[in-house]
Amino acid sequence: MATEAQSGGSDFTSNLGKIYGIYTGGFVAFVALVGMLEYMGVPNKILGYMFVGFTILVYAFIGIVSRTGQVSEYYVAGRKVPAFYNGMATGADWMSAASFIGMAGTLFLLGYDGLAFVLGWTGGYVLVAVLIAPYLRKFGAYTVPDFLAARYEGNTARMIGVIVLIACSFTYVVAQIFGTGLIAQRFLGLDFVVAVYAGLGGILLCSMLGGMRAVTWTQVAQYIVLIVAYLIPVVILSAKKYGLPIPQLTYGQALAEITRLENSFVANGLATQAFVTAKAHITPFTSYSPANFFALIFCLMLGTASLPHVLMRYFTTPSVREARISVAWSLLFIFLLYFTAPAYAAFSKLEVYSTLIGKNLSDLPQWVYTYGNLGLVNICGKAATTLDAVKAACAAAGNTAGLLRLQDFGINTDVVVISTPEIAGMPYVIAGLVAAGGLAAALSTADGLLLAIANALSHDVYYKMIDPQAPTNRRLVVARVLLVIVAVLAAWTASQRPADILAMVAWAFSLAAGGLFPALVLGVWWKRTNSAGAIAGMLVGFGVTLTYLLASRYFPGYGVQYLGMSSLMNPVTGVPVVDLAKAMAAPNAMEAWTALSHPMASKVGWFNINNISAAVFGVPAGLVTMIAVSLMTPEPSKSMRDFIDEVRKPKGKTMMEEKAA
Amino acid sequence: MASQDKGEEHWQRTSRLMIIMLSLWAFFSFIVHFFVGGLNGVTLLGFPLGFYMAAQGSLVAFVIMLFVFAKAQDKIDRDCGVAEEDE
Repeated sequence: MATEAQSGGSDFTSNLGKIYGIYTGGFVAFVALVGMLEYMGVPNKILGYMFVGFTILVYAFIGIVSRTGQVSEYYVAGRKVPAFYNGMATGADWMSAASFIGMAGTLFLLGYDGLAFVLGWTGGYVLVAVLIAPYLRKFGAYTVPDFLAARYEGNTARMIGVIVLIACSFTYVVAQIFGTGLIAQRFLGLDFVVAVYAGLGGILLCSMLGGMRAVTWTQVAQYIVLIVAYLIPVVILSAKKYGLPIPQLTYGQALAEITRLENSFVANGLATQAFVTAKAHITPFTSYSPANFFALIFCLMLGTASLPHVLMRYFTTPSVREARISVAWSLLFIFLLYFTAPAYAAFSKLEVYSTLIGKNLSDLPQWVYTYGNLGLVNICGKAATTLDAVKAACAAAGNTAGLLRLQDFGINTDVVVISTPEIAGMPYVIAGLVAAGGLAAALSTADGLLLAIANALSHDVYYKMIDPQAPTNRRLVVARVLLVIVAVLAAWTASQRPADILAMVAWAFSLAAGGLFPALVLGVWWKRTNSAGAIAGMLVGFGVTLTYLLASRYFPGYGVQYLGMSSLMNPVTGVPVVDLAKAMAAPNAMEAWTALSHPMASKVGWFNINNISAAVFGVPAGLVTMIAVSLMTPEPSKSMRDFIDEVRKPKGKTMMEEKAA
Repeated sequence: MASQDKGEEHWQRTSRLMIIMLSLWAFFSFIVHFFVGGLNGVTLLGFPLGFYMAAQGSLVAFVIMLFVFAKAQDKIDRDCGVAEEDE
């Protein structure tokens, strides 16, 4: 029953182009309709509800229509997803609230150095396609730990895989639900905690009934919404400013203008030379030292190639060949957003520089106060809540001329994308569209992550380790119950508003790379890797990465005392960012689990490497351990070497077939 | 035994392709950006070239590489008789 069941699927797959074509047209018509309603004077809040409500209804509808009672449909969408559509689904799976909302903001603030994220989150797909995904597809795993268990003969490797998977996916999913809550709060005016649980409902509707199958087709729909929403504001800006609606080509001129403005601010006394030198948009290595810049790229790329919720998407294609092409399509769809993000940042920055800086403090536009009241825009170091507050803060900061200087203005990275339509004076319908896009990005990633966690628990832990005799229905019931439990747990964590949430997402990449990358790659590419070596290597890689993260962030005193950590350096001046002798003598030096305000938190490390790049130590340590221990212990059996030969050849059936229930 | 030889040839050619792809990957991920300072002296469509490579150039290269890789690997599979049957 489980292997060959079709349930009308082939009819659906042959009509995909038509279905999603109509869907896209319908979405565009919907946006136009909302635009007309706005023109007719319908209040913004109702427009916001329409955007969020309509899109969530569509996702829920897809989720319900795609419900399934079959194991292979639930775990790998029956392996019937064509490469092109799997590429779109992977794009939505991959691009999270952080990419959609945060990326352009990061580039706005960091300039060139922020491009480490753009590079790291795209180049990793080369590793996925060349080293890993096609081979896992041939093996025919349901989950990444499935492959580890088969290749490294046993449940020890499986269990380590499950632990790494949960460690890197859970914080990630919390961040998505957090993002969903933020958007619902801003655009629907809901209380944050209510908004979080509302978002949770949306996520569960899509994923619970239909597992991977429902998530796949919802993610395709979500990709279309998010890419349209991302491109439209910046296309409008480009057309308005330079008469050409291709922002990726025109923002070169915007960059030149930014540099010109930066210099003119210095000449007019609106910025200090030191500030512009440290923040100039196109100058490299002002926020990260070159070593940190490249270490970050390295960790993000290897992390991409190891994150289970991404690898899992390539288990759904009909063949190994399609899996490879599908990685290429995925990257193309991801690229559309990532090569637009720097343009977004440049246009938004230019808009702020040319309309805001040098303005009289009494004439600041309304949006400054809208976001200032949410604590997201600072003027002279204080939240811009009212004109009086701004004037008082600037007088205290020594701004006597009453004109806004460059160094007076601060904006939260998460608002840049959301606020740009407002900053540029576009109608509210565009802002609503952007909110719908951000929501699509957060929901789709949350779906993929939840499924990865719940599948690892239901398939790897429950079915493979606790009750291998479990009948099909019970396995699916367990999978759904676990999905709901994990989701509620994640929503509860998000509702506590953990402070470190965004940093933790970046850590997820290092943890995945340190724990899984060597085991996955050597498992395919080096036959001599044996079970003892892999287990030791995974433990060391994951352990070193985790230790570095925890010590430098939460136990900096111990890091300095026992692990030989030293202060990080300022990338521009080369001066240590914290005076260690003084900080270690302070009474709170050995305090742990303290807020970011601890004088040494995230400011110490080895070789001046930031803790977001922890895998730069973890991966080599894991790799060397894996090779050394493998060579010291007996080589894998003949049957294992044959197994690897099989994995390497696309021809033939998938190796792990679901037994008929 | 003939198929065994083909299997070995298949893996040799696959490994060679892998090394080529990873060299290109390393070039576009890291090496070209070592020279950002010098490249920024050149301007392309208004972009300083060093900035452009990190913002777009390398990304375009990655996308093209992956489509070329899928094609090249498929050719190797077919030549060595280990490709999946076409549907």
